[in-house]
Order: sequence, then C-alpha cells, then structure tokens
Amino acid sequence: MTAHAEMTGPGAVQTAAAPMAVPNRFDFVLGLADDALVAAQRLAQWCTRGPEMEEDIALSNIALDQLGAARLLLTYAGEVEGAGRDEDALAYLRDDREFRNCLLAELPNGDFALTMAKLLFLAAYQVPLYTALADCGDERLAAIGAKARKESAYHLDHASVWVRRLGDGTDESHRRMQAAVDEVWPYTHELFTPDPTAPVDPATLRADFDSVVAGVLAEATLTAPETSWMPAGGRNGVHTEHLSYLLAELQVLHRAHPGASW
Amino acid sequence: MTTARAAVAAVVDPEIRVITIEELGILRSVDQEPATGRVVVTITPTYTGCPAMDVIRADIRRALAAAGHPQAEVRTVYTPPWSTDWITEAGRAKLARAGIAPPDPVRPAGPVPLTLTVRCPWCGSPETEQISRFGSTACKALRRCRTCTEPFDHLKAL
Repeated sequence: MTAHAEMTGPGAVQTAAAPMAVPNRFDFVLGLADDALVAAQRLAQWCTRGPEMEEDIALSNIALDQLGAARLLLTYAGEVEGAGRDEDALAYLRDDREFRNCLLAELPNGDFALTMAKLLFLAAYQVPLYTALADCGDERLAAIGAKARKESAYHLDHASVWVRRLGDGTDESHRRMQAAVDEVWPYTHELFTPDPTAPVDPATLRADFDSVVAGVLAEATLTAPETSWMPAGGRNGVHTEHLSYLLAELQVLHRAHPGASW
Repeated sequence: MTTARAAVAAVVDPEIRVITIEELGILRSVDQEPATGRVVVTITPTYTGCPAMDVIRADIRRALAAAGHPQAEVRTVYTPPWSTDWITEAGRAKLARAGIAPPDPVRPAGPVPLTLTVRCPWCGSPETEQISRFGSTACKALRRCRTCTEPFDHLKAL
C-alpha cells in the first residue's frame, strides 16, 4: 500500500520540488490544510453513492465542512510562505510530492464501514487538534481552530454513532466494521508524530484520541489490532499511489483551464 | 436615504429566506467612513464551508448600492466563531413560524451534546424524532413529529 511510484515519466521534465528550507510553520499549516482538502475530496466521492439518502447528505455536508477548513488553512499557508501562492495555487498546482496530508486521509473510501473508520479516526484527531489550536499563540490558527472545532465535534459524533451501530450490529456488519478498523488503524500513528516546534505538538493529542477511540470501540464491541506496522511519510510528501489518482481528479479542470472562473 | 446599517441589516439569508442576516447573527458590524461615505461591512460564516457566503456578500453590496452607498467592502471574520446563541429572539420566532425549529441554547463544553427534545414547530408536540443528522443546509438537521407526522427542519445548536 505504501509503494510510491515516482512520477517521472518520459518527457515529464519537471523540476522536482526544490528542497529549499521552508519555514516549519508553513509545513505545519499545509499539513492540516491538506488533511482537510484530501478528506473533503474523498468524502465528496460518496455523493450520489451513499447507502441511503440521509447518509449521502451527511457525507457531502462533512466534505463541505472539511473543504471550508481547507480553504482557510490553505489561504493562511500561502500567506505564511510569502511566495504569492493563494488557496487555488496550493490546491490545484502542486504535485503529489508537495502534499503534506497524512496517509489516512488519502486511503480509498472502501466500503461504508471503512469510510466510517477513517472518519472516526480523523475526527478523533481533528477535535483535540483544533481545540488546542484555539488556544495557541498564533492568532489566525486560533481563529480557525475555534471555528472548525465545533464542526469536527459533530463529525466525531456522527462517525461514533455509525461505528457503534455497525460494530454492535449483525454478524456481517460487525465483521466488516472490525475489518475496516484493522485495515485503517496502522495509519493513525502517523498523526501523532512528535514535532515540539509546531504551534501544537501532534504528540500531545494522542491521549485524547486514545481515550475517545477506546470508548467508541469498546461500545461497538470492536478491538484495535495489535500490530507494530506504522506506515508514515505523508507529512514528508511520500504518499501512497492513491493520492496521485485523487489529485488528478481534483486538479484536472483547473489545470486544463488555468484561471477560469464563472 | 436609508442608512447603511439599515440597508445591510435587511438583507435576507439566501438559504433561509425568512430571516435577515442580522437576525441570524452573522452580521458583525457596519461602519461608514464619514469623509468618503465608503461602507465597510463585517460578516462571519455560520459554517466554514457555507456556500451561501458569496451570495450574501453580493446581496450586501447590492443592497448598499440601492440605498445610495455604492462604495462598499465586505470583510469576513472567523473569530469569535458564530454560535446559534447569536440568533435573535425575533429571528427564532420567524424560524419557528416558517416551520424550522430554532436551536437550543448551546451547552457548556463537554462530551458532544445531543439534543434531548425538539418541539414540533407546527403543532408544538415534544414527541419528535430525528430523521437525518444533516439537512438541506449545513446548519440544519431533519426531524419528524410523531404527533402530527409532519417532517420539519431543525437548526442545529452550534
């Protein structure tokens, strides 16, 4: 799953993203922005394909919330960088190696249980993250955190309801929900890679995440798998092959018609 | 000439067309520079991804132009974050009359709160149930009354 195809086909004469020393704050903000942007794109892929109409609307609404947070964070990341890139330039004109999202966000949706496992873990990370940001010294990040925290709490609630319902449901729903947790769980470790210089050190969010997730899994009669496999790399731009396909769909229109508006 | 404040305050929310942006609590300030007459309006979104924001900005500029204030700028702020507690009493009454159950007061921080009872805006019965946690807009959920069987929107407490 982590195999990464180098995107240097014949004729693709691109200057590899110059490994210049970018300020740490830019990378941090970009990571959060890309988590939200990639999650939004993935969730939007459920639109018209939800298992029932209410869930179709729910997933699209959650995608919209993620997109809203992504736009604020991308705009701020562009200002921090100071190179004149706006939210569109950052969303549409970067290649996969320049994205800083966690691998969890880019994994394919799988079945509904897998999507709910992804959403549970992402929201259980974003809630304490945004809550901590709301109190951090960076005014802009604090404003975004205070705003997004309330929306993420609703996502967490929504995912928790489904994980409990499926886990503690029929034999088949339990089997599929457990399989989803088993598949996605290893990707959660990357979220908490320590970074003491960041406005909020991700490692400090682990206790909150563990406590919330343990509660939900217990009620859902599910267990977190015992595994030492901890895939990572997203924060450094080393992604699964799934991100390239996702970005192709996300970016094709903008790249085909640069600067188009309506 | 209508004052700038009055013109902006009368702008109707494009998605919930029974309530003004002032009653919804998303209008933060209207300031006019005495020298130039230029108007600066500050608004805040209900949800970060609210797709109505562009329309609201355009509606504000249009209302100001019609009221004789062609020079206008609309700024968007995110802090302090909007809360359903900012919906005015008049706004709540209008929502209820339009069949949209107004939100409960937001509770103190704690575990994710769930609404316990939402009264049916049509018949007043407390016997209602949630059909969908997400509704026709980001800020609403869908419910149904067990007494009169009518479905209705509920503005989620945020």
